[in-house]
Amino acid sequence: MHSKLIFFILLTLAWPLSHAGEATSVAEDDALEKRVMAVSAELRCLVCQNQTIADSHADLAIDLKNQVREKLRQGMSEQEIVDYMVKRYGDFVLYRPLVKSTTWLLWFGPFALLVLAFGVLVVKLRQRRRAMQQAPALSAEDRARVAALLSESNKKAQS
Amino acid sequence: MNRFLWPLVGFIVLLAFLAVGLTLNPKEVPSPLIGKPAPAFRIAQLQAENSTIAPEDMRGKVWLLNVWSSWCVSCREEHPVLVEFAQQNLVPIIGLNYKDKREAGLAWLAERGDPYLVSAYDLEGNVGIDWGVYGVPETFVIDKQGVVRYKHTGPVTPDALRNKLIPLIKELNRA
Repeated sequence: MHSKLIFFILLTLAWPLSHAGEATSVAEDDALEKRVMAVSAELRCLVCQNQTIADSHADLAIDLKNQVREKLRQGMSEQEIVDYMVKRYGDFVLYRPLVKSTTWLLWFGPFALLVLAFGVLVVKLRQRRRAMQQAPALSAEDRARVAALLSESNKKAQS
Repeated sequence: MNRFLWPLVGFIVLLAFLAVGLTLNPKEVPSPLIGKPAPAFRIAQLQAENSTIAPEDMRGKVWLLNVWSSWCVSCREEHPVLVEFAQQNLVPIIGLNYKDKREAGLAWLAERGDPYLVSAYDLEGNVGIDWGVYGVPETFVIDKQGVVRYKHTGPVTPDALRNKLIPLIKELNRA
């Protein structure tokens, strides 16, 4: 029992060691890696679709990250790399859709709906206020009936 | 009456949108290559390691580029359809063996039949990236001028051949 426990403790201690080699190759060029991640975060992974290639571990995403890294090393600018990807994979590869006539509904649709809903609310409130104002005032006779009914129900509740 | 009618109308409109959405395939992303010259490459063939293949070699012909791999599950479904289609001799099919081991690719063809005129061997997947490949299998139709005319994403089915690919190939062959 004890030896098992010790074995596990040793195993947990050894875990970081087995991975210690990995980081060096990346840390080699920290600034470059940051740029790679920044560009990757703007590109959609076409296999997983709702992830950027920065987040994704799909084979294609890894290949594309390598492409981004290579192109940055060759001195291409961020924008040039994004254009390179769009040329091959289309606008869909952009994680933030472009604002153009075909995407207006996507960008502004929710705000249009909000404005519409607000407009409906204002109209409805105005209609209601007008209806309240136009409601005929209670006559003296009506008031007497209301009082009578109320006191009757009060009596019933007490008894 | 009215106050119940409008939410109902809204609900029905929403349902209609959702119903249409269900019939769309989000995996089918339109290719920006359509109507553009086929991306150039010249790489080794799968079988004849020392020979190369390039889209220019196919100039003057209508041809298909089919991206496949031995590790790709849907290719299993597609392969017999392609083998049968190749027997009709309607159009040369060039394979692009994508990120595969050479032995595995060769074994796959030996076992299941070879519908391809030749297969290009894209070990690193760089040609795939140039062609905007994101899900194997993919099939491109290229015309006599070397322009990409159509892309089919996912396995080619008998239906897709009958309704889309064969009519398009016939039309391009006449041009």
